[in-house]
Amino acid sequence: MVVLQLKNKRLPIPGKLIVVEGIDGSGKSTQIRLLEKWLRYNGHHVFLTEWNSSEVVKDITSKGKKKAKLTPTTFSLLHATDFADRYERNIFPLLRAGYFVLADRYIYTAYARDGTRGCNPDWVRKVYNFAVKPDITFYFRTPIDIAIERILSGRPQLKYYEAGMDLNLSKDMYDSYRIFQGRIIEQYESMVKSEGFTIIDATLDIEEQQNMMREKITPLLSKKPQTQTITMKNNENAKRK
Amino acid sequence: MQRESKNPIRWYGKGIPYLHDIEYKGKLIVIEGPDSSGRSSQISLLTTKLEADGHAVLNTGLKRSELIGEGILEAKRNVSLGRKTMALFYAADFADQLEQKIIPALEAGYIVIADRYIFTLMARNTVRGIPRKWSHDLYGFALVPDLIYYLKVDSYTLVHRVFEKNSSLDYYESGADMGLSDDMFESFILYQQKIAREFQTMQKTYGLVAIDGDKSVEDVNLDLKKRIDVALRSRK
Repeated sequence: MVVLQLKNKRLPIPGKLIVVEGIDGSGKSTQIRLLEKWLRYNGHHVFLTEWNSSEVVKDITSKGKKKAKLTPTTFSLLHATDFADRYERNIFPLLRAGYFVLADRYIYTAYARDGTRGCNPDWVRKVYNFAVKPDITFYFRTPIDIAIERILSGRPQLKYYEAGMDLNLSKDMYDSYRIFQGRIIEQYESMVKSEGFTIIDATLDIEEQQNMMREKITPLLSKKPQTQTITMKNNENAKRK
Repeated sequence: MQRESKNPIRWYGKGIPYLHDIEYKGKLIVIEGPDSSGRSSQISLLTTKLEADGHAVLNTGLKRSELIGEGILEAKRNVSLGRKTMALFYAADFADQLEQKIIPALEAGYIVIADRYIFTLMARNTVRGIPRKWSHDLYGFALVPDLIYYLKVDSYTLVHRVFEKNSSLDYYESGADMGLSDDMFESFILYQQKIAREFQTMQKTYGLVAIDGDKSVEDVNLDLKKRIDVALRSRK
């Protein structure tokens, strides 16, 4: 069982945290929704949370986002605020209550994007070190051409930050998007080992990918979990290994 | 021969990688202290004096970023927001001001007077149970100021000053979100004492200079002016 240690108080965390990560167009959102349906069908308590989706934070930042240009540091901190809101109000209490929490993107998205934008990687990890580690992180490995084709066929209009236009990679939004996504892939790949990602080949059939994920998750449904103690400090060290 | 001195930028932690090469000739002066400690009076007096001496002066403060200054006021009314969420909101607001206002002004040679800085934010976090180390690391992107003064006021003196201005105590400045006491007066005193203890710890860690804020506005101003004069001259 995962246990969070705070000021000598040990809090048991009976829930399970399942994360999907990968670039846009890798198919991870489709997969985690299928997983959600399957778990629900089997009678588990499930909660699905998406990156950058806190309503409260969105209300507060939407005004400013329109007029001001966000620097990478501010951009990073606003996403951290969004994450903290979902973490403090949903993710952590639900894990404590024994839920399956499914996260469509987690702290690794911040590591990958903020690192690409020029924030200090060590700083980003420290900001997020209050977050518990997932039980499983599925990383959807996708050749960049396939991902971009999927994105552009469904939604031709790219947004400024989504395309990484703030990085001055290219004046052309599509070129910029491609370079930006390529750099994010590099960041993800550098984390595969250190963060213990489970790789899913995102070029396979949807059913095939889903079966692999379910197979991976099945042990969590029955097997008695190991005991693990997380303190804020250890958590951070574990990530840096 | 010493030319006009430029400071290479100094950070509390790893800093902001894309601003590492910056040098500036301005000065960053921070005035810290609780509400009603006399910060704004002192800052306006100092600004007048420094401008009279021919310096270009810029005033900044917390919750003043264009980006989310307003949003933070809204968030404060939303009691359901968690403590880390609030802490990060304030950090985002601070980051925006640091990069959009403070650093550009310092590069242009301004004396920037900050009406509170990361220290108030860190103290608020700590008394609410957030680990000091986390706050310190969070503000690793903050610039080390040239001068940091802390207006130290006894909490009983403070409460009377608040009542001279308003007939009620502010919710957060009384730590009312912390459940210290049902009695608002007692809660204010307890909260301000906790904050003061945190500042005492930070004085050593971050080199804050404590100023006796129990004295009159004029006396505090003389004290501050003298110190700032000496500091500005010795660094030229």
